[in-house]
Amino acid sequence: MTKRREKILLPLLAVLLGFILGSLIVIATGRSPVAMFAAMVKGFSGLDIINDVPWNTRYIGEFVINAMPIILTGLAFAFASRTGLFSIGAEGQLMVGSLAATAVALLVQAPRFIHLPLVLMASILAGALWGAVPGFLKARFNVHEVTVSIMMNYIALHLNNFVILNIFGSQDKVKTAFFPETALLKSPFLQSITRGSRLNWGFIPVILALVVFSFIINKTTFGYSLRAVGYNKDASRYAGMKVNRNIVLSMMIAGAFAGLAGSVITVGTFNFGRAMSAAEGYGFDGIAVALVGGNEASGILFAGMLFGMLKSAQPLMQSQGIPREIAGIIQASIVLFVAMRYGIKMLLERFKKQQAVTADGDRA
Amino acid sequence: MGYIIEMLNITKDFPGIRANDNVTLQVEERSIHALLGENGAGKSTLMSILFGLYKAEQGSIRIRGKEVSIEDPNVATSLGIGMVHQHFKLVQNFTVTENIVLGSEPRKGILLDTRSAEKKVESISKLYGLAVDPRAKIEDISVGMQQRVEILKMLYRDAEILIFDEPTAVLTPQEIHELMQIMRRLVEEGKTIVLITHKLKEIKAVADRCTVLRRGRCVGTVPVASTTEEQMAEMMVGREVNFHVEKGAAAPKDVLLRIRDLDVKNSKGLLGVKKLSLEVRAGEILGLCGIDGNGQTELIQAITGLAKAESGHIFLREKEITNLPIRERLDLGLGHIPEDRHRHGLVLDFNLDENLVLHNYMQRPFASWGVLNKKAIKDNAARLIEEFDVRSGQGAATPARSMSGGNQQKAIVAREIDRSPDVFIVAQPTRGLDVGAIEYIHKRIVAERDKGKAILLASLELDEIMDVSDRIAVIHEGEIVGIVQAAQTDENELGLMMSGSLRKTPKGGQA
Repeated sequence: MTKRREKILLPLLAVLLGFILGSLIVIATGRSPVAMFAAMVKGFSGLDIINDVPWNTRYIGEFVINAMPIILTGLAFAFASRTGLFSIGAEGQLMVGSLAATAVALLVQAPRFIHLPLVLMASILAGALWGAVPGFLKARFNVHEVTVSIMMNYIALHLNNFVILNIFGSQDKVKTAFFPETALLKSPFLQSITRGSRLNWGFIPVILALVVFSFIINKTTFGYSLRAVGYNKDASRYAGMKVNRNIVLSMMIAGAFAGLAGSVITVGTFNFGRAMSAAEGYGFDGIAVALVGGNEASGILFAGMLFGMLKSAQPLMQSQGIPREIAGIIQASIVLFVAMRYGIKMLLERFKKQQAVTADGDRA
Repeated sequence: MGYIIEMLNITKDFPGIRANDNVTLQVEERSIHALLGENGAGKSTLMSILFGLYKAEQGSIRIRGKEVSIEDPNVATSLGIGMVHQHFKLVQNFTVTENIVLGSEPRKGILLDTRSAEKKVESISKLYGLAVDPRAKIEDISVGMQQRVEILKMLYRDAEILIFDEPTAVLTPQEIHELMQIMRRLVEEGKTIVLITHKLKEIKAVADRCTVLRRGRCVGTVPVASTTEEQMAEMMVGREVNFHVEKGAAAPKDVLLRIRDLDVKNSKGLLGVKKLSLEVRAGEILGLCGIDGNGQTELIQAITGLAKAESGHIFLREKEITNLPIRERLDLGLGHIPEDRHRHGLVLDFNLDENLVLHNYMQRPFASWGVLNKKAIKDNAARLIEEFDVRSGQGAATPARSMSGGNQQKAIVAREIDRSPDVFIVAQPTRGLDVGAIEYIHKRIVAERDKGKAILLASLELDEIMDVSDRIAVIHEGEIVGIVQAAQTDENELGLMMSGSLRKTPKGGQA
């Protein structure tokens, strides 16, 4: 099996196995997996394949909304991962990105073509800054990035809540005043073609982020040196690369992707800053997306859409009497099957061998 | 005497490469049969087929005249075939006996019958003169002893045919000598041995017959007693091999590398290199020899920038490089073939073409404006593969990890020589390589000298140092204890200096 084919085939198999397992559980609870798949199809296309209900494009909009942030946090995890770093700080980077977006949205007054880019840039910078901290500590003092990035997540959560509640003056202990129109990604046009969904222009920065990720990693000398450091630090140093600088930069860029996710949510899905009781899990979903997507831009795009679809299917499944947790189980088992890819590969190879043997037998 | 093993017309394909091409091997009973070939010639593949790890596409195997189909190692074991792998497969915190019986434990009820197992191990050990303590823990015994445990494992399972895969690679000279005696004893007691190796001296010492493989093909089988080492080497490599490095006299010119009073700390935080001074001139090869761990690594790492100099100065031409970043040293004309090719020399998960631009990936034509030019990188690889005869299954796109050690080293040599550095630091350039690759690499190093480069060659192989160098500096406990002309010294003198009992400073009192 060639490496390239294997990279595509194995995650697809994992997804298939995940769905099979989910179906079996649905059957075990005495319900029809057909209803589950119908809910999923409706979850991303708005088409109802069971009931005779007209096409509802609203679901498409909501599906995209769910996919966008986890694609970005997936890119964040994958970027650090390509440099051999295990960053689980996307959660916190997203939150400070969201806070920075809130600040610029509320404090700056400018026409939209200036204000909106400023909002996005602020979130990117804030995320990068938040990512730089574990990167710097790793490079300078060899503190493990997992520990630092987890702690940075808590700092981000409470910093966000403190600033939202105390500085921006919350309306009802939860949210800030509404942002001016000039700061928003929202679009009446997009809303109108998706029957009032929250779909917004956020998908444009997401697509740009995917392109930028792929370009940096695969096409640039910087990406080459990041990958070299990720695979073999000693050889990179021997070749004259600045290993520590690469670690910090990689964590910053990873943070930038996650920070952008913060503004896509805050000025796209919502139009106000929010205080939160706990992290919303986008960061951890991003890890799953990056794993299933094989740390490649195209893979992350598909994995992000897949998990976005599972998220939007949840309420629909519930309305069909299927526990919404099934979607979570499918998502988790896909990640598990991806983690078990070596076992799956072994089974595949054994299967192939057997086939070859029987083919030989036929000839004889 | 009949053949105990007959492997007839064996062919085995791997993706992109035919590992065995119509190979026939016939081994006489009660003999030591050597299987000789360069790295990647197909020796291990052939033996793995005999041991049931791979299945051949074509050909048949006969054991004691009976045709057999060896599906897996269990079948091989039941046929009396045992294999001592190059990397031992032992449980470190088990005793010798526990390791030997693992998988076929003698039982007393539900309990392990340790006592009778120990007795059996002891009696086998005595019979063959192995002198292994059955109650010792593996982690407490030497590498040589561990190898004997592997041998005992096979004997315990009544193996009649013993395959040794490069058994001497991990042994000291003394242990090698003892192993040879054990092998002779095994044959006396009726066993048959297949010895996989690329070391001609060992074949001459113990083997009766020798089958030579080259690039997956069988070159021939010869009686060892009436064949010289040179003849066997020629069969293995496919042309005449020079054991002696062909080179003219050195024509040293300006000093290109100058080291003054250098102090470098080692990994334990102590001074590994003390007040060391050394000069290497253009057009000469300075050999650095010493017993392993006497400061060679620290010195080389300080010159190349991988380790920090505590004090002292390093000059490349007139420019001080003591504290420069590695990239700047490289740009000033420093080249380095590192001691550990897997740790420093290559990114094993990169393809060959990416590895060949490890230093200059950011320079034209491999990149412009920070964007890689994949075509230029690929063309560069194709050119170096051709020029340096790097053998790789999928050309430029071969993952470095999948290449043989000799070809990995050739790739590093190709990359470094192609950069054409003025000062070339070469560490252990031929460790673990076969005759053909060694000869080739030595030739390229001498060619660089003749182009007027300054070369510092560090090696633990005394033969290599004496053959290749023009001058030899001996290092002992971090200090240079003597510098001699290679042509005017011998092993004895160098040995005395390496152990620190003789000092020899050249005229002028300056090292």
